[in-house]
Amino acid sequence: MSNIFEYNGSAVVAMVGKECVAIAADRRLGMQAQTVTTDFKKIYEMNNKLYVGFYGLATDAQTVSNRLKFQLNLYQLRENRLIKPKAFMHMVSNLLYSRRFGYYFIEPVIAGLDPKTNDPYIATMDLIGCPMETKDFVVAGTCSEQLYGMCESLWKPDLEPDDLFETISQALMNAVDRDAVSGWGAVVQVIEKDQITTRTLKSRMD
Amino acid sequence: MESVIETPRGGFSFELCKRNEALRHAGIKFPNPVKTGTTIAGIVFKDGVILGADTRATEGTVVADKNCAKIHYIAKNIYCCGAGTAADTEYTTEIISSDLELHRLSTGRKPRIATACRLLKQYLYRYQGEIGAYLVLGGVDSTGPHLFTIHAHGSTDKLPYVSMGSGSLAAMAVFEDGFRPNMELEDAKKLVRNAVAGGIFNDLGSGSNIDICVITTEGVDYIRPYDEANIKGVRVGDYTYPRGATAVLETTVRKFEVTSETVKTVESMES
Repeated sequence: MSNIFEYNGSAVVAMVGKECVAIAADRRLGMQAQTVTTDFKKIYEMNNKLYVGFYGLATDAQTVSNRLKFQLNLYQLRENRLIKPKAFMHMVSNLLYSRRFGYYFIEPVIAGLDPKTNDPYIATMDLIGCPMETKDFVVAGTCSEQLYGMCESLWKPDLEPDDLFETISQALMNAVDRDAVSGWGAVVQVIEKDQITTRTLKSRMD
Repeated sequence: MESVIETPRGGFSFELCKRNEALRHAGIKFPNPVKTGTTIAGIVFKDGVILGADTRATEGTVVADKNCAKIHYIAKNIYCCGAGTAADTEYTTEIISSDLELHRLSTGRKPRIATACRLLKQYLYRYQGEIGAYLVLGGVDSTGPHLFTIHAHGSTDKLPYVSMGSGSLAAMAVFEDGFRPNMELEDAKKLVRNAVAGGIFNDLGSGSNIDICVITTEGVDYIRPYDEANIKGVRVGDYTYPRGATAVLETTVRKFEVTSETVKTVESMES
């Protein structure tokens, strides 16, 4: 068996636009070569302005998303407000680093808007929680190198939500087309300050 | 068996080690954590200490972060550059910074670099090098400017000029040629910049910009970036897709009503 990250196959990407963020992921769940389902959820909603997607082993992604939701609920009950995306990033990073020697095989991608100022925020981290915040895009996936290439070429600053949707969709779809273990559908969430648009894309199912 | 409903406690959790070892025996390849590759350097000059670092973070051979900050805050007068496993340098410096702050509150004195050095080496030795943090620690305290290097296994060196990371040989070559004791501020800044640039342009693990942190008795000047040594090219073509280019199966829109928000400030009590 090869890399544990490639066992289930996944691709997640997030991009910053003008007063909005978008996060997209493929929908395949596989057991190495065999595809099990094509509607697997990889992006989880943490609150109505904060989404996190996971790349890596699906079981760890589900475990970590549940743990995070639990910690986030406690936070929101204690603080009586929505969490800031940067604080959430630190929460995820802490959770992953606490398992530095027995790690979860996932890389999270965080996308959200600040609850008060609506500033867009994206971040990703490696499997032990090293945070990487950028102002343009973040990628994670079995096809991360293809995603880097697509995003570097297609992204430009200050894209309107509809244009951001087109850019992120094309980046994801073309990247997963060059990867055998990811693809089979895609879902894109565009988060703006007063609405969230979820679109399921029509893509190659091979 | 650990209860599912547990509030997060501090410290490391080893609950997944058994599972991961079993996977390792089954022959599964493990992924690479983000390393900082790196060129980090520091010198002692006339008025204090200057730390310098590049800004590239790599995941294997892919550049994961083109502009990461490798000079970490330890105390108001102490900063630390980190090379090695990025998460380890990040968290180790944060943990020791927190410990040092508690120590400062307990002693009532400005923290000393030697204290930070001791805290770091004792922490890293405990983990026998498993925490891959290679640090350049520098600052100015009541006894003067000090500069240390700390290796992941816990060994330290106290020197007037140091470099660490994959680009350390390139940086050290520049230092060996250009270092003089008691340099002036501008000359010292240029020397550190040249040392880090030596790493950026000759070492594959280092790249992008040069960050500098000048620490003197007056205070700290964290210049990020000090030198944008590598600027991204300007894209000539426009690759924007027309709206509607992507085929969509299903669209769901969830709107929220943004109700008005008032912020009421409360006067804090005088303590």
